[in-house]
Amino acid sequence: MTGHPVPGPADALVRFEQVKKSYDGLQYVVKDLNLDVAKGEFLTMLGPSGSGKTTTLMMLGGFERPTLGRILLDGKPVERLPPEKRNIGFVFQNYALFPHMTVAENVAFPLRYRGIRGQAAAAKVAQALGRVGLETMGDRRPAQLSGGQQQRVALARALVFEPSLVLMDEPLGALDKQLRERMQVEIKHLQTSLGITMVYVTHDQSEALTMSDRIAVFHDGRIQQLADPQTLYNAPENRFVAGFIGENNTLPCTAVGQEGGLQVVRMADGTVMRACGASGTDLTLSVRPENIALAGGTPPAGANLFSGTVTDVFFLGDHMRLSVVAFGGQTVTARIPVAAARAFAPGEVVHLACQPADCRLLED
Amino acid sequence: MAETYDIERIRTFVAVRRAARPARRAALSLALPLVGFLLVAFVTPILYLLVTAADNPETRTVLPQTLVALEEWDGRSTPEEPVFAAFAADMKAAEASSTAALVGKRLNYELPGMRSKVLAAARMAAKMESGPYRQAFLDKDRIWAAPETWAVIQRNGARLTPYYLLTAVDLKQSPSGGLERVEPDQAIFLAVLGRTLLVAGMVTALTLILGYPVAYVLTIAPKGIAAVMMLMVLLPLWTSLLVRTTAWVVLLQSDGVINSVLLALHLTAEKVQLIFTRIGTVTAMTHIQLPFTILPIYSVMRSIPATQLRAARSLGSGPTSAFWRIYAPQTLPGVVAGCLMTFILSLGYYITPALVGGPQDQMVSNFIAVYINRDLNWGLAAALGVVLLVVTLAIYGLFLRLVGADKIKLG
Repeated sequence: MTGHPVPGPADALVRFEQVKKSYDGLQYVVKDLNLDVAKGEFLTMLGPSGSGKTTTLMMLGGFERPTLGRILLDGKPVERLPPEKRNIGFVFQNYALFPHMTVAENVAFPLRYRGIRGQAAAAKVAQALGRVGLETMGDRRPAQLSGGQQQRVALARALVFEPSLVLMDEPLGALDKQLRERMQVEIKHLQTSLGITMVYVTHDQSEALTMSDRIAVFHDGRIQQLADPQTLYNAPENRFVAGFIGENNTLPCTAVGQEGGLQVVRMADGTVMRACGASGTDLTLSVRPENIALAGGTPPAGANLFSGTVTDVFFLGDHMRLSVVAFGGQTVTARIPVAAARAFAPGEVVHLACQPADCRLLED
Repeated sequence: MAETYDIERIRTFVAVRRAARPARRAALSLALPLVGFLLVAFVTPILYLLVTAADNPETRTVLPQTLVALEEWDGRSTPEEPVFAAFAADMKAAEASSTAALVGKRLNYELPGMRSKVLAAARMAAKMESGPYRQAFLDKDRIWAAPETWAVIQRNGARLTPYYLLTAVDLKQSPSGGLERVEPDQAIFLAVLGRTLLVAGMVTALTLILGYPVAYVLTIAPKGIAAVMMLMVLLPLWTSLLVRTTAWVVLLQSDGVINSVLLALHLTAEKVQLIFTRIGTVTAMTHIQLPFTILPIYSVMRSIPATQLRAARSLGSGPTSAFWRIYAPQTLPGVVAGCLMTFILSLGYYITPALVGGPQDQMVSNFIAVYINRDLNWGLAAALGVVLLVVTLAIYGLFLRLVGADKIKLG
């Protein structure tokens, strides 16, 4: 899907209209971007590096100017407005705290440009630091704080002047896994309780799934799919999205017909499977590892059945991970819950099953 | 139980120290060659310099008997015959070993005209078979009747003298032993020191004004352009100081390139005096010192993330305000390091002021060179060196106090 046309709802805070960006005049890093962000929405731009997501965020923040197209903020075009006139909170990848100022001075920095000084400023700083649980840290220097605390200061600084829109550029990338997961929850809480609109950039799909109202998957300068996390996970619209969000087995196949609302396809080795989704000649069948089960004595009615040779077995606590060669040379990964598993040996032939509803056909 | 615990702790401590011993020895042996080199080539000359600035051997070695005889002298009247007899004996020995000129020169620093009078006295003493000597010397020159003459001789019998160090800061010992300023027509060294500090300060300020923007452009320029710019910054460092200074002589002289261009463009009606002026000296020194100021600033600027300015802008700060409130304060360690380096190096400049500057632009180093090469007055040269060293250390210490050691970053 390209140029996802969104009919303009009245409450769109941000609107990209036909935005293109090129740095060298030869290649577009952002190609024909149309995107609306609603008031109060948490929108994540997800994609690999070089997909155009960060450039899009920088254009919204005012640090890059679109080569073509318009960006509307609250209905007003802002392409030519410098960052300091946009009143947008921005949290940078490495926090960009000012090392020569204390935490309180960092947080008070945006207030002085809005004419808030003295007692009023101190009260706002205290409130902002309290919101992120750092009320006692005001006198410290950023270098004296841990990574997670620095992240919170950056957050407090971006929120203290009560912007209606906050942008975040991979803000949790430098934190370890546990802290990252805790911060995801905290940021989401802050966003909903303060009713801020947030545009968040990340390359971490689990982060995107956890926090977002909607996710725009970027690849090659275009939005590949714009949807809520569940739709994105369960119904990817193309191969890229299917491969990028979660784990997926993508298997080549050809359509042979239809049967009861389902597509019938033939796999590389001639096995016939049923699946839902697009029709066409060169197709890819996508099925998630957790949707492949062992075919027991009586397989469920209507399930696709296939068999393969086990190459690797890994025990992962709550499940076993099985790598199987099937369909004449394709590697298929299956997640078998430990309760349903038994001992497997490499080289043994196993029979597997998956429901047609879990098999999606994608066009290349 | 407590005792065993303590012994256990001491044992652990000793074991830890012992385990680290090979690594300590290895580290020490790696540093040893440089430490040795510094001791021989740096510390020893400085100690020698300190000693030379106060050493006073001439009177002691040439007039030993006179000094012994002067111990009985009352210090107020013309000495009696025994002093003159001893003096005559010393002078005879001095004439024989041609050392009279040494003591004559030394006494001449404090009593102008003494050099020729000592030489004449030595020649006369050599011709005399026997005494009485007192009347003979008094007849030869009235200076031998003056108690001040003998007081100076007596004072210089000491192993060390404050004379050179005092002279280097325009002070002298009064006859009563206190300190007083030298006569205005002889007071030159404080003015020279002030001039040295002024020129070093002007050069430092100019390199900062010219170098700071260059360092900034270097950090934000695309890689290829930055590499070419860096080459241009470093190029002066790879050419000999003498060659660069001579090049400035060629450019600045009355019939030089700069004057020709100015005349050809009708910017000036007649030739401008550029060489042998303060402007010429400061220009040439600024050119030579620029890399020393730029490089520390550049290396500090490179460590400041570009997102710092962006963050400031996003928080509502305009470009100018963001620069002064966020960027400039973070470059301060580099600015201090670069300025300190250029200032201290400029204090010791010699070749450039000598070739490009006029008489009014000669710095302390030039005077040191004059006293070593022309006047052979090593004591005063060493004393000026000591003053320069003390001033340099004082300025370094002042910077450390003002900005803190952690605020100075060379790289």
